Amino acid sequence: MLPHYFNHLFVSGIDIYIADVLIILASISIVGVLTYFKKWKWLWREWLTTVDHKKIGIMYILAAFAMFFRGGMDGLMMRTQLAVPNNHFLGAQHYDEVFTTHGTIMILFMAMPMLIGLINVAMPLQIGARDVAFPYLNAISLWTFFFGALLFNLSFVIGGSPDAGWTSYAPLAGPTFSPGPGENYYLFGLNLAGLGTLASGINFLVTIIKMRAPGMTLMRMPMFVWSTLITSILIIFAFPVLTVALSLLSFDRLFGSHIFSMTHGGMPMMWVNLFWIWGHPEVYIVILPAFGILSEVIGTFSGKKLFGYSAMVGSLIAIAFLSFLVWVHHFFTMGAGATVNSFFGVSTMLIAIPTGVKIFNWIFTMYKGKVRFNTAMLWSLAFIPTFVIGGMTGVMLAVAPADYQYHNSYFLIAHFHYMLVGGTVFGVFSGLYYWWPKMFGMKLNETLGKWHFWLFMISFNLTFLPMYLLGLMGMTRRMYTYPPGLGWSHLNMLETVGAFGQGFAMMFMMVNIIWSIKNGERDLTGDAWDGRALEWATTSPAPEYNFAHIPMIYGRDAFWDRKYGKDKAKYTLKAKPYTPIHMPNNSGRPFLMAVAFFISFFGFVFEWWLVAGLGLLAVFFFMFSRSFETNTDHYISVEEIEHTESGGGRS
Amino acid sequence: MLSPKKRRGLTFAALSAVSMLMLSGCGSQIAVLHPEGPVAQKEFNLIVWSFVLMAFVGIVVFGLFAYMLIKYRASRPGIEKTYDPNIEGNTKLEVTWTVIPVLIVIALAIPTVQTTYALKDPPASAHDPIEVDVTSADWKWIFQYPAQHIETVNYLVIPAGVPVKFMLTSVGPMNTFWVPELGGMEFTMPGADLGLWLEADKPGVYLGRGANFSGKGFAHMQFNVYSKTQTQFNQWVSTVKSKYPALTMNEATYLVKHQGLSPIMTFSSYPAASVAQNQNTQMGM
Ligand SMILES: [Cu+2]
Ligand SMILES: [Cu+2]
Repeated sequence: MLPHYFNHLFVSGIDIYIADVLIILASISIVGVLTYFKKWKWLWREWLTTVDHKKIGIMYILAAFAMFFRGGMDGLMMRTQLAVPNNHFLGAQHYDEVFTTHGTIMILFMAMPMLIGLINVAMPLQIGARDVAFPYLNAISLWTFFFGALLFNLSFVIGGSPDAGWTSYAPLAGPTFSPGPGENYYLFGLNLAGLGTLASGINFLVTIIKMRAPGMTLMRMPMFVWSTLITSILIIFAFPVLTVALSLLSFDRLFGSHIFSMTHGGMPMMWVNLFWIWGHPEVYIVILPAFGILSEVIGTFSGKKLFGYSAMVGSLIAIAFLSFLVWVHHFFTMGAGATVNSFFGVSTMLIAIPTGVKIFNWIFTMYKGKVRFNTAMLWSLAFIPTFVIGGMTGVMLAVAPADYQYHNSYFLIAHFHYMLVGGTVFGVFSGLYYWWPKMFGMKLNETLGKWHFWLFMISFNLTFLPMYLLGLMGMTRRMYTYPPGLGWSHLNMLETVGAFGQGFAMMFMMVNIIWSIKNGERDLTGDAWDGRALEWATTSPAPEYNFAHIPMIYGRDAFWDRKYGKDKAKYTLKAKPYTPIHMPNNSGRPFLMAVAFFISFFGFVFEWWLVAGLGLLAVFFFMFSRSFETNTDHYISVEEIEHTESGGGRS
Repeated sequence: MLSPKKRRGLTFAALSAVSMLMLSGCGSQIAVLHPEGPVAQKEFNLIVWSFVLMAFVGIVVFGLFAYMLIKYRASRPGIEKTYDPNIEGNTKLEVTWTVIPVLIVIALAIPTVQTTYALKDPPASAHDPIEVDVTSADWKWIFQYPAQHIETVNYLVIPAGVPVKFMLTSVGPMNTFWVPELGGMEFTMPGADLGLWLEADKPGVYLGRGANFSGKGFAHMQFNVYSKTQTQFNQWVSTVKSKYPALTMNEATYLVKHQGLSPIMTFSSYPAASVAQNQNTQMGM
């Protein structure tokens, strides 16, 4: 007897075959290179089993880049299809799959891991810690995210992609209208990755509360740390809602329950509520860390303290609080009534106030400063006007009656791309150029970086600015094609040109990375940009233990203070002797446990209960064996520290 | 900060930018900015008001931003003289840029709330409203006129100057019913009947479409709304009554259950059991 869904297993289609071939070729070459250079052991020992937050951060960023490529290709396919009216490059089914994966991947598998990666790289260094609070859990977070993303992407070649949109509204996403495994991939891929994210939130929160260097009070923390702290709280409150929603829809699809179905008392609108109770805080989860990056970068390249530090902290908290009170603005048009719409409209507008405070504080951080236009700074600077445009149109969308006209139109699409690309992605690029030397010990090339910046920034506006107008012309999102004669054609063509411009710009970044690995300016001081926070107080890249001596802190901008401040004298380190450093052991279990999760969830996707059950059993086995492990940590000896600190151990 | 002269220049630039955008927005293809009925007009007024407020904010922010970039660039001669790394903030300024946005939000919130409540009620009119029951199916629009007891598929005829109460529901995935020139959209949801008031000022043809993704045929869920004078409308109803076939239960079921597009159709009557309103839960898909 053939298992259920067996006939869905292999997807056909010329692009799928190309993808199949590419995946096989890429896998063969990776395996080949690793075998030829005898790097398997190195890969396992140094990377797959590591619990070092810096390496985990780098792996997050690497995976996020791969997902950026995938989501970007989806975007280009959409823009190619929409370039001219009545186009047949993609059919309806195919287009529906592509916009679903584009949205899901860009938000959950690109933006979030990119930011979690940067947080991992910088935050523990900025608070003067040796690692995060739970390094082992950190590895579990990484690998559950990674295999969640892998599971989701597998749908493209095995079984077929989900096609109900990244919002996955019931009943469209229910078993009646979306048969086949595609939607199951969405549910289980997201649930697995969400598990990792939730663990990250807890991990970062505890790290910041418990592991700050002596003297670093909450109000002395760098703004990036503050934004991580607030983001973690958002994650902890929001992600359980997603987990519940995904699980309930899985029950509907796999076990025939009627929670969101149209019949037997199911409530499709309940999905919409749950999704956005998570979804709105989620957009702040991907924007607040970018706010943090901006605060670091603008301060550093203006040579100034952050303007209005307390107001910045206050507005972060206000935004986080309000972000749980606005979710209905995603469906003003669902007939909740005038009172509900008024409440959620006004609460949404209120968010503009703390956000505006932040914008003005960033601008005034440059006041009486010395503004250096490095690539990292350019990205942060460009963030301000694009985010303001996105924010202003966001306020326009909050006007409930006006939203009846914008809802689901390209006006909305323009708005959130200004927030998520002009905000999050610009912030991420800023962070990458800024912390690149800290991650890899060399700077990225400035000329290539500026090409990347200008091309991307101009193309970005070319792509998304016309969308505002198209929305007002009545074009709605998720249309795979449109008839001629509506005045949409020229604007769509313009957007497609812009989209390819962005793709082209990204090649400059790739070339830059490859060029800089060989020729990039090495950062020998550890302080690549005349920085302000503690990550610049150690070598680039930082040693496994981050700081040979845990730094003492006497004020904000601790490293700047040590270099130039009035408290300089206090920081003068007496040549204290080294003491052995206590560090956690590497472990292969997080990786293996995520593999077991992956196998189990793959079984669930295809309703192969035996596979699902055995996989889960393996997961429990790994949890069980962990709880009996006694050999979990080690000491780094004084000799080894001396060797590293004298430069001998640096690659 | 900025000299009064510069400030006046900025204000002038702002006003001309706003008016230019508004003027270009009068092109009839930009449906939302070209309201053809009282509901769309109310929404348009709010759109313009929110745009003006935001344009004001934008100009202030962009101006300040450009000023800081130019004035405090590291390459400017004499930058060392103005450089002061120890500034931490300025309470007066921070209060200013908290209070002004609060005022702007109030200026926006009041008309927002007023209009939100106003749109609950039918637009003021000398005529009695008519009702059209709208059902979205995969992938077609079904319009039933309960008072006239006629049905159309994928096109709609309404009398101009008469408020129309649309009762919206769905027998499949959710969708939204949107005729931008007449007013904003509202969801169609299985198991729910949502109301939406629209009215056309004068006779004309307006394009409507489904705006919430509902599957493969979604992009084609487009329909025309023909607004006619009351006399023409009555004529049309009697023509439909006399010239078009009645909808049978079998056809009605096929329309609802068959996943596919549909040409425009007209029926002189429809079976009572085909009414989707208020009985979705029993329909059983
Ligand atoms: Cu996108
Ligand atoms: Cu939102």
